[in-house]
Amino acid sequence: MKSEFGKGMIAGIPIGLGYLSVSFGFGIMAAGAGLSAFEAFMISLTNLTSAGQAQGVSIIAAGGTLIEMALVQLIINIRYALMAISLSQKLDDSFTFPKRLLAAYGITDEIFAVCWAVKGTLKPNFMYGITLISTIGWVTGTFLGAAAGEILPAEITAALGLVLYGMFLAIIIPPARKEKSILIVVITAAALSCICKYLVPGLSGGFAVIMCALVASAVGALLFPRKEDEQE
Amino acid sequence: MSIWIYIAVMAVVTYLIRVLPFAFFRQKIKSQFIKSFLYYVPYAVLSAMTIPAIFYSTGNITTAVAGTAVALILAYFDLPLIVVALAASGAAYLCGLILPLL
Repeated sequence: MKSEFGKGMIAGIPIGLGYLSVSFGFGIMAAGAGLSAFEAFMISLTNLTSAGQAQGVSIIAAGGTLIEMALVQLIINIRYALMAISLSQKLDDSFTFPKRLLAAYGITDEIFAVCWAVKGTLKPNFMYGITLISTIGWVTGTFLGAAAGEILPAEITAALGLVLYGMFLAIIIPPARKEKSILIVVITAAALSCICKYLVPGLSGGFAVIMCALVASAVGALLFPRKEDEQE
Repeated sequence: MSIWIYIAVMAVVTYLIRVLPFAFFRQKIKSQFIKSFLYYVPYAVLSAMTIPAIFYSTGNITTAVAGTAVALILAYFDLPLIVVALAASGAAYLCGLILPLL
C-alpha cells in the first residue's frame, strides 16, 4: 500500500502486537480489581495508555477521589504533552485544526517514537493509520485479558498480576543500567515509594506515586541536567 | 460513585494533555531544568508505581518476590518486555505450586 493511511497501518502492526500482549496484562489487573470486561475495554478505548490506566484502576478499586484521579493522570501522562509539542513542530500543512484534534488521541510513547522518526513532514492519514492498528491491539488485548481474568483459575490470575509490573521493570531496568542518572532517579523513586507505603500509612497510593515521582524527577534534573542536544 | 465518572475523568484529563499542546503549541521549551525534569518523569513514575506494589501483586509475598527476582534478572539482560513479563508470572506460578510441598 502506497497511501499514507496504508503506510501508517503497516507501521502500526508491530505496535499493535506489542499492545495486544501488554493490554492483556492490564485486562487481568482490571478484572482482579472487580471491573467488568466491558468497563476495562472502555478504559482502554478512551485512554490508550498503560501506566495511567493501571494506576487509574487501583484508584477506582480503592474508591479514591476524582481530584486524586485527575492529578494522577496529569502527572503520569504529562510526558505526552512534551511529545505532542515535539510532533507539533513537524506537522504537514494539511494538518488542519480539526485533524489535530483527532490525531492527538493517538499520542503514546510508541506512536510518538515512530512518528518522530518519519522523514519529512507528518501527515494526518499516516497518524490515523498507525493509531487505528495500535488501538485495535490495545482494546482487543484488554478485553481478552479481562475476560480471561474472570474465567481462569485463581492461581493463574494471581500469577498474572505480575505481568504489568514485570513489564514496567523491563522498561526501566535497561536504561537505568546504561545511564547513572536514570538509575539514581529510579532508586530514589522506589525508596520514597517504600517510605510512603510503610511510614505514611494514611497516604493514598495515587498521591504517593505523584509525590515520589515529582521529587525523584526533580532530584534527577538538579543532579543530572540533560544537555541541549540529547533527545529522547 | 459510578465507575463511569472515574473513567470520564481519566479520559478527559489524558486527552487534554495530548490535544492542548498538539493543537495550540507554537514554540519550544527553553528551560533546561524543565526539559530534564520531564525526561526523568516516566522512569520515576514507573519505579514508584512498581515498588513496593509488585510484592503484593500476586496475593502472596513469597511468590511475588520470586517473580520479581526473575523479572529483574531478565530485564537486566535486556530481554523483550513480553518475555520478562510472562517469565515473571510463570516463576510466581511455579513458586506457588512448589511452596505447599515444602
